[in-house]
Amino acid sequence: MSAEETKVIDARNTFCPGPLMELITQAKQAKVGDTLELLSTDKGSTEDVPEWVHKVGHELISTEQIGDTWHIKIRKAK
Amino acid sequence: MSREIYIVCVSGTYERLQMAGMIASVAAVSGDSVSVFFSMNSLAYFIKDAEQQAPSEGPFGQLMEQKDVPPFKQLFTQAADLGEAKLLPCSMAMDIMELEADQLEPEFEAPTGLTNFLGQAERGQLLTF
Repeated sequence: MSAEETKVIDARNTFCPGPLMELITQAKQAKVGDTLELLSTDKGSTEDVPEWVHKVGHELISTEQIGDTWHIKIRKAK
Repeated sequence: MSREIYIVCVSGTYERLQMAGMIASVAAVSGDSVSVFFSMNSLAYFIKDAEQQAPSEGPFGQLMEQKDVPPFKQLFTQAADLGEAKLLPCSMAMDIMELEADQLEPEFEAPTGLTNFLGQAERGQLLTF
């Protein structure tokens, strides 16, 4: 069993920068190595989140659209 | 590269406060150093327990009112809490409105004079809303 956890953050139906800010709020509380999965219906999140992840040095795992929801997974790297 | 961004909030309309809050929060959580100076019609929204709804100046503000957009007050608070942005009330506005520092939201720092703020802002980019 791994000690790392996956946390799902449901930010559907909120608009920019709501999903990003909710992700960051949870990322601050997470442990290094934890995975965070953001659910967003705001298309801009698919650009904003990778940009933020790249800028602050976390890891983007995947971005996937299921129906009208984007699932963006990141790993807290520091 | 992190930058220094200085924002002056003057207007009390919804669109301008929202845009200023969006820039402050996103820049602050992305590693930029952000300072926001609140004066004129913007400051009243940050008195504790003040009404949060600012009037729209056009159709976009009216559209935002119908959608689940994060409140600008929350964006400024997150800028301070998550990104260490400085929220600075204008000392002249405090005097005119006869406000004490403890009447403002707790994320606000001490009242700051314009000369002091402009001196700090020499180092970075200044945006006015």
